[in-house]
Amino acid sequence: MEFFLQQLVNGITLGGVYALVALGYTMVYGIIQLINFAHGEIYAAGGYMGVILISWLFAQGFPPFVCLGAALVLAMGYCALLAMAVEKLAYQPLRQSSRLSVLLSALGMSIFLQNGLMLTQGVYDRAYPTEMVQGGFELGTVMISYMQCIIVGVTALLLVALNVLVYKTRIGKAMRATAQDKTMSALVGINSSRIISLTFAIGAGLAAAAGIMVGLYYGSVRYDMGFVPGIKAFSAAVLGGIGNITGAMLGGLLIGMIEVFAAGYISSEYKDVFAFIILIAVLYFMPTGIMGENVDDTRV
Amino acid sequence: MTQQQPILELKNVTSAYGRIKAIREVSLKVYPGEVVSIIGANGAGKSTTLMSICGVLHPEQGEVWYDGVRIDGLASDLLPARGLCQVPEGRRIFPRLSVEENLDMGAFFRKDAAAIDHDKNRVFQLFPILQERRKQYGGTLSGGEQQMLAMGRALMSRPRLLLLDEPSLGLAPLIVQQIFRIIREINEADGVTVVLVEQNANLALKSSSRGYVLETGNVVMEDSAEALLANPDIRKAYLGE
Amino acid sequence: MTIRVSKLWFGYALAMAWFYVLLWPLLGIKADGLEFGASFAIWSKVAVASAILLGLYQLKKVGAFGFVERPAKVVGKAAGAVAARVPTWVALALVAAVAVAFPFFTERYAHDVAISVLVYIILGLGLNVVVGLAGLLDLGYIAFFGVGAYTYALLSVHFGLSFWLCLPIAGGFAAIAGCIIGYPTLRMRGDYLAIVTLGFGEIVRIVINNWMSLTNGPNGILGIKAPGIYWWNGKGFEHMLLNSLEQLYYIILALAVFTIVAVYRLNHSRIGRAFEAVREDQTAAELMGVDTLRIKLLAYALGAVFGGLAGTFFAARMKFVSPESFTFIESAMVLSMVVLGGMGSIPGVILGAVTLIALPEVFRGFELYRMFVFGGVMAGMMIFRPKGLWPAKRMGARSEERE
Repeated sequence: MEFFLQQLVNGITLGGVYALVALGYTMVYGIIQLINFAHGEIYAAGGYMGVILISWLFAQGFPPFVCLGAALVLAMGYCALLAMAVEKLAYQPLRQSSRLSVLLSALGMSIFLQNGLMLTQGVYDRAYPTEMVQGGFELGTVMISYMQCIIVGVTALLLVALNVLVYKTRIGKAMRATAQDKTMSALVGINSSRIISLTFAIGAGLAAAAGIMVGLYYGSVRYDMGFVPGIKAFSAAVLGGIGNITGAMLGGLLIGMIEVFAAGYISSEYKDVFAFIILIAVLYFMPTGIMGENVDDTRV
Repeated sequence: MTQQQPILELKNVTSAYGRIKAIREVSLKVYPGEVVSIIGANGAGKSTTLMSICGVLHPEQGEVWYDGVRIDGLASDLLPARGLCQVPEGRRIFPRLSVEENLDMGAFFRKDAAAIDHDKNRVFQLFPILQERRKQYGGTLSGGEQQMLAMGRALMSRPRLLLLDEPSLGLAPLIVQQIFRIIREINEADGVTVVLVEQNANLALKSSSRGYVLETGNVVMEDSAEALLANPDIRKAYLGE
Repeated sequence: MTIRVSKLWFGYALAMAWFYVLLWPLLGIKADGLEFGASFAIWSKVAVASAILLGLYQLKKVGAFGFVERPAKVVGKAAGAVAARVPTWVALALVAAVAVAFPFFTERYAHDVAISVLVYIILGLGLNVVVGLAGLLDLGYIAFFGVGAYTYALLSVHFGLSFWLCLPIAGGFAAIAGCIIGYPTLRMRGDYLAIVTLGFGEIVRIVINNWMSLTNGPNGILGIKAPGIYWWNGKGFEHMLLNSLEQLYYIILALAVFTIVAVYRLNHSRIGRAFEAVREDQTAAELMGVDTLRIKLLAYALGAVFGGLAGTFFAARMKFVSPESFTFIESAMVLSMVVLGGMGSIPGVILGAVTLIALPEVFRGFELYRMFVFGGVMAGMMIFRPKGLWPAKRMGARSEERE
């Protein structure tokens, strides 16, 4: 039981992070029907920006929470700019091309960014200064670290903020309108290029936050850290129903839980396999996902 | 009326989908305050004409002038703010936005919250059913309600020129009458100029002052609505006599 | 004109400012302080290079290069006319002669590179069946290469089976693996397929990595035998192993020729047309009586066979296999060959393989930048030359053109 609860806490932590990354996939897919392969790299860039900024701010003598907060905000902004640049350069010129072309372009950008990170940051792991937030508390028999509290808290805050943005604000409505009908949204005066750019920026901001969370959680980042979590987060988006924001959050939590429990109870070597198997099973048996709208097969 | 400056003018507009020319050298003029019909059979190029006006399709040749400004190179999202608004074929309401959100999208470019609220109330007055269904997803409405929503959404942008593409398509006769009554009302009461594209020529011409007849991408006739209604060729070809 | 020019340069300035904002934090923020030199050095090079390119582009637009372009066009046309007059078989014979004679006038190192190129040609052509002909994006293709390599490795080490016997067996296993992977995934829409094959490729690698008792995990399998033949030694036939690079070169050359012929025949067969039909319009193909699921599965299995053959040779040539040779990057590399050369085009894929394998060997010093450049080129190709360096001929109007 104790083990179970402990795994539950870990699963929520990890699942929240996957949810943040999954949102970027699902929002971009929802608006331009593209699997943005470069999204995993944006997440990795966020992780690096986190460690770069936290180390610098910490060395300047700022207190830990200021470091964390400032690094979070700056890294989110950085990744938003990065994703907008990627979209402008590699996806926007291909708006009229076949989907295969855009997909390949996305794959190219993924390789490009990953190697760009490697060239500028080196091939070795870079350690997070995790010593700034230490300790934790016991809830019954379950150990919860303060770091986990921060991660879950920030994740929850971002998820709520996103929901408000998408469902309550004018821009959020415009985003949903553009995803549903680009021609019509242009006819009511919505500049779809700008909305698409913004969608990339928001998704990237969330991914950057996730990258920092993971860096704090595992204590280090690596240039190729985006690849496997990228696939898992995409699985989460598919599991939740691609294009659906609530679905991506749920899917992320589920994938995180499944991974942690499978690692704990079945096999830790094969933990990465489970997410893929779920992805395949969902696509095969339930292609619309748990919250999904109908995915039209003829639009390929 | 003819001494006035036209609010919309097409000069020899040719538009194509790929290599297939959909309209050829279409010229037409619309004066402020008019209701003008464009009638023609399926595939005659009526919707293409509207899409070419709205910048969804950029003409290969020719010019589109609106309110003294040449607009054929402009992106379509810049036009609603200038008072040019289209209700496209098939209505194209946003299916997973609520009725109210759909209306909000019509006023997307506007910042004047109080006036927007006022206009929303006016739309609800014109179409009371929309107020009842305010929180419902647009996609769950019936065809007639969707047409009302689409028109309501267009009105939310305070248009000066409203382009309506087949507003009667697929609707029950009673609802069609209601829609056309409202078209006349917004023309007369709000002074909105209307371009009406219709297959139902009889209905369209009866609500219009003038009409253009399109055939395989060309304007073949242009006259006052009464004259067109009286024309034996038109009666034969489009009014089923 | 002037307005458009200044707009272009304004965009350039904005892009460069943006680029610096993205570049500087990666290089300039250090725990011990901020630093601008390194990032500025890189940035200025990129800025100057792109300014020159932009300038050239503008000059070209106004026709400043007419004096070079016009004669070049004439020469190009003349050369094309001459080339068109040479029968295809003469050109092919020339290429074949060069390929056969290659080991005689080159050294060991060149043999090594040539073997790699040929292995990748087979992989590229195999993937081309799936991506180029059938239009299914497969991002886990290297898994079949791995299946072939491990099949031969295990059969050779444990049972001593010969290379030649294992070649069809490995091809068969790869085909079976292709069907197993393909069956659940092929009903999906195209872009889902991409991510699922990516996942499958990873699963195969993870399994190889962790199944210690069978594959010896990350340590790999050692002691794989080279291909052997019976050779007349004056008195009788004697079994000998082909260990030297030249001999291996001829084996892989033969395999590559076999693949080229097979893919060419496939391309021009009924099945090849069915592949194209599925690629262009699945619904229409289905209505015309094409069993699309079976055709896709066939494309997948056939593609996998070539991967398996290449894998078998790879194991025999390296005499060692480990999971590290079968990562996603390898899949991406093969895919970039197909894309660079031209999807569906046999000469294109060959050109792609030569470019991507041989060219980096020439620029050895830039080894680290290889994948970086690949990625950029891949995205750039999609924008500037989506049909590749040597586009396929018989493909007719493709869906992306019609749109």
